[in-house]
Amino acid sequence: MALLEVRNLRTYFHTRDGVVKAVDDVSFDVEAGQTVGIVGESGSGKSVTCYSLLNLIPQPPGCIESGLAKFGDIDLLSLSEAGMRKVRGSRIGLIFQDPMTSLNPYLKISTQLIEPLQIHEGASKSEALERAVAELDAVGIPDPHKRIHSYPHEFSGGMRQRVMIAMALITRPEILIADEPTTALDVTIQRQVLDLIKERQEDLGTAVIFITHDLAVVSEVCDYVNVMYAGRFVERANVKAIFNSPKHAYTRALQKSIPAMQSKGKRLYTIPGLPPNLSEDIVGCAFAPRCEVKEGDPCCIDTRPELVELEREHWVQDCPGCLSARI
Amino acid sequence: MSYLELQNLTKHFTKRGGLLGMNFTEVKAVDGVSLTLERGEILGLVGESGCGKSTLSRLIMQLLEPTSGSVVIEGERLVDLPHSEIRKRRRDFQMIFQDPYASLNPRMTVFSTLAEAILTRHPNLASDRHSLRKAVSDLMERVGLDSRFVRKYPHEFSGGQRQRIAIARALATEPKLVLADEPVSALDVSIQSQILNLLKDLRDELDLTMIFISHDLSVVRYIADRIAVMESGKIAEVQEAEDLFKDPQSQITKTLLSAIPQIR
Ligand SMILES: Nc1ncnc2c1ncn2[C@@H]1O[C@H](COP(=O)(O)OP(=O)(O)O)[C@@H](O)[C@H]1O
Ligand SMILES: Nc1ncnc2c1ncn2[C@@H]1O[C@H](COP(=O)(O)OP(=O)(O)O)[C@@H](O)[C@H]1O
Ligand code: SF4
Ligand SMILES: [Mg+2]
Ligand SMILES: [Mg+2]
Repeated sequence: MALLEVRNLRTYFHTRDGVVKAVDDVSFDVEAGQTVGIVGESGSGKSVTCYSLLNLIPQPPGCIESGLAKFGDIDLLSLSEAGMRKVRGSRIGLIFQDPMTSLNPYLKISTQLIEPLQIHEGASKSEALERAVAELDAVGIPDPHKRIHSYPHEFSGGMRQRVMIAMALITRPEILIADEPTTALDVTIQRQVLDLIKERQEDLGTAVIFITHDLAVVSEVCDYVNVMYAGRFVERANVKAIFNSPKHAYTRALQKSIPAMQSKGKRLYTIPGLPPNLSEDIVGCAFAPRCEVKEGDPCCIDTRPELVELEREHWVQDCPGCLSARI
Repeated sequence: MSYLELQNLTKHFTKRGGLLGMNFTEVKAVDGVSLTLERGEILGLVGESGCGKSTLSRLIMQLLEPTSGSVVIEGERLVDLPHSEIRKRRRDFQMIFQDPYASLNPRMTVFSTLAEAILTRHPNLASDRHSLRKAVSDLMERVGLDSRFVRKYPHEFSGGQRQRIAIARALATEPKLVLADEPVSALDVSIQSQILNLLKDLRDELDLTMIFISHDLSVVRYIADRIAVMESGKIAEVQEAEDLFKDPQSQITKTLLSAIPQIR
């Protein structure tokens, strides 16, 4: 049995402009120690997918319409807030693009690091402090004995990212959810943060759900990849298969559109059109209006293609157009 | 004659530090930069954050007074010109920033934003609404925006579309030099290509000279003719874009190259 099994998750927002189907029937597994990527353009529902698991969706307007998220013997989606507080920040850690989302600017790092240990594990103050210093050391903060008594703003951007990672991992969670943790960073700092996440994961055996819009980052850190489009997963496979034999038209288009993958001198390939408005009903394949595989004659316009396991552990929406196309 | 020449440009800041803010340290944000740009050229300016890229661009824009050194445009040193003349020249330079949301006025429609910019170059259009409207919709189409959205506000657009509005506003004053400071760093990878194509087309159509700033060499490679790599306020190396990738000379270039995420 997988560490986490998400089945048929649907999260909608009931707004004045209609019902936004942010996550529309998403299922996936996370095995212990594995890194599972969720990749897709802004607004495709990556964050909402993960926040739904941790009861972090504002309700209303949000509503989890259906689904199951089995984590051991509990269902995260039906947990009370009190029950969730035992999971969030202890068994499941969370890091964000902006470290200040999880760090309190008015509290010393020491206070913020030892608090979860005291709350969740009943550790004594001196023991917690000792472990906090060791954790800062492990994420590469120099001089951790001294630096632990600093405030968040006294760290540079990259160092603050490290502090956030230390805080998320100090309770030794089974799963770390990383929501675009390197998107706002310089490439050199991004490299350091990615290496750090990988290193800590190897040391601790933590599973990671890694959210990003950047396929190149996915290829560096992930074992399995879920490609998300308009609230749905359109393809899932191990990272090699996603890059070497992508099946879905969207996965291919996404790959082709990366500037770094294209040669100089030629015009850069871009995906035509825009993602659909999620408050409008999507009948059939959500990517059909932008699909270049079936020129002039997109398939799957009236029925929604189901995810099928085409090859072992390679899932893709079951569409004749996507599956017959050659690259 | 080069279009733009930077002669030993330097900018030092004094920074307060220490326990009571009593210690002053000098930051050499830009430290003796010399560069030339030909008309119609796109120069990529790359380096880690804090190396002085934005400060250098603000010096060129005349938004900052250099500590020493000078900016020469078409053979004329800007410091030698009278203030009124500098102000006129400044219209020839435009900037595009990383976060169009921060640089666009949230309470102004696309129309007011672009009309305001057009009027700085063509004040006579103020009394000719018809031509002004036409100028605005031409500009929108030029940057790939549907001119039906002319009455919308910035928040009603996606990130990529907002960057197009910011680009349209920069073009409204018919600049000769465009300084783009990390214009795609906040965008989805898939949208970056659209903006890069647009900027390159505009250079070709309008014969713009451009400085394209980024921390990411892989983005600059496509758009730049030459690339200058900056480190601690200094230019570490300048090369033709492809040569820089094939044969990096400086350690910092090698570091930046190895940091690019690779698809394996
Ligand atoms: N509080 C909210 N109210 C209404 N719509 C929301 C809310 N939060 C997210 N959404 C919508 O849900 C969709 C998915 O958002 P999100 O998961 O944040 O995308 P991603 O993380 O992939 O960029 C978007 O269309 C977004 O506008
Ligand atoms: N107004 C200012 N006052 C003091 N220091 C500044 C100021 N502007 C920039 N700096 C410093 O100059 C250096 C270069 O900054 P900047 O030009 O913004 O770099 P980049 O754009 O490459 O990230 C940094 O150390 C920064 O802290
Ligand atoms: S081929 Fe069919 S399923 Fe595949 S993207 Fe096109 S319309 Fe959608
Ligand atoms: Mg998100
Ligand atoms: Mg800058």
